[in-house]
Amino acid sequence: MCRGTETDLVDELLEGNHRALARVISKIENRRPGYRQLVSRLHSHTGNASIVGVTGSPGAGKSTLVDKLAKRYRDRGETVGVIAVDPSSPYTGGAVLGDRIRMASNVGDMDVFFRSMSARGQLGGLSTATADAVTALDAFGKDRIVIETVGAGQNEVDIVETADTVAVLVQPGSGDDVQMLKAGILEIGDVFVVNKADMEGADRTVAELEEMLHMRESPTAGLNTGHHGFQAVETPGEDETRVGGESVDGSEPTDGDEPEWSPSVIETVATTGEGIEQLLEQLDSHYAHLEASGELEAKTRNRYAKGIRTLLRNDIAALVERELDRRGGIDQLADRVARRETDPYAVAERIVEPIADCLDDNRE
Amino acid sequence: MSVDQEQRTVRCLVAKVGLDGHDRGAHVIARAFRDAGFEVIYSGLHRSPDEIVQAAVQEDVDVLGISILSGAHNTLVPKVLEGLEEYDALEDTLVLVGGIIPDDDETELKELGVSEVFGPGTPMEETIEFVRENVPER
Repeated sequence: MCRGTETDLVDELLEGNHRALARVISKIENRRPGYRQLVSRLHSHTGNASIVGVTGSPGAGKSTLVDKLAKRYRDRGETVGVIAVDPSSPYTGGAVLGDRIRMASNVGDMDVFFRSMSARGQLGGLSTATADAVTALDAFGKDRIVIETVGAGQNEVDIVETADTVAVLVQPGSGDDVQMLKAGILEIGDVFVVNKADMEGADRTVAELEEMLHMRESPTAGLNTGHHGFQAVETPGEDETRVGGESVDGSEPTDGDEPEWSPSVIETVATTGEGIEQLLEQLDSHYAHLEASGELEAKTRNRYAKGIRTLLRNDIAALVERELDRRGGIDQLADRVARRETDPYAVAERIVEPIADCLDDNRE
Repeated sequence: MSVDQEQRTVRCLVAKVGLDGHDRGAHVIARAFRDAGFEVIYSGLHRSPDEIVQAAVQEDVDVLGISILSGAHNTLVPKVLEGLEEYDALEDTLVLVGGIIPDDDETELKELGVSEVFGPGTPMEETIEFVRENVPER
């Protein structure tokens, strides 16, 4: 039974109880009291899974591809966890999570643990919840974890921080070459997949992608634009090239002689399974590259650094909210600012000062 | 907003089981549940009882709504219930059946663990209200 204490739940999860795993993920999603202790206890059992992120526009065939990918992993004797994120209504919070329908190849196979997650509106913490769910699957002993993102929006960039390898799906005829010039999608992919490659226009899409990826490797790519991008975590005193991870302009800093990773474009037809083997090879070789170049270590470190920062920021924000409430609420303060009795900077300073003092006092 | 803001959301699996290929009703209920603020996982057509159990367990749903019009409910629904029992999931899952179910069968299904049966023409609000009032505390 999984109705016991948190301790029991963790033990049951580690013993391989599917229901316990499902329950832990729910607690994580719902931010139930005690979920932090759960994740804390699971953390020491993680670090064995490789994490693939799959993103792309709605209708590109992500779910079908993930299904086939999971099947291949299973054929190789590996266990798989899948997290599929779908959008939720900003008005009601409700959601229809329909990706499960596509998981036909893994029917009745409990060793593919498929879990639908909703984006749960704008309350934030989606990436934290996803990362925590990955922790649960990893601790459970899954060899491979696949995260499938919502079709559109900001979350595509979040996935880069959670996954080791990111596959970007592109549908043939999904816009002209200017679409590919736009920032975002080309910068986050380690592998590009033109799915539905049997559709008209697939060749052109492949050619355009190849061209854009080639431009990424052009001489100007080496220019330091000063943007460290999503993975930038300032850690003074450390080897800069390693800590920065993969920079936005594609000039991946590497260790030693390992050549840079250059993303390739794979054609697949997910419905028939065509091209899945090649995709798997690319994913594997990217992971091997990460390991050999030391980037995996750097990525993992960045991920945790970012995670710690997010937690701290949220926790401090919660402290500040409480303090605001004690001082009569933000509205009252805003009114006072509007009446010119005080100003925003003074208000902020007065609230933060005691916290800072408190921290300083503890140092002595 | 704190990361620890608890967000209790009712999770439902709307399931089509067996050979019956009519899922208009399942779509309508999925949409209504969504608009009520629930998270709805739709199973798709032609699912076996095992698949439904697998989905209900992995997704850790509070509510399992089985839509069935084929008349095979006496065979299929008990299999789903048994499967849930196997995973210790029956106790805290609210199982609903929607479709055309004769009165005698309804009594029998309820004895096996189905909480309520909703026949044709049931107002959507009634079903949603029932879920809200009976969703298991966890």
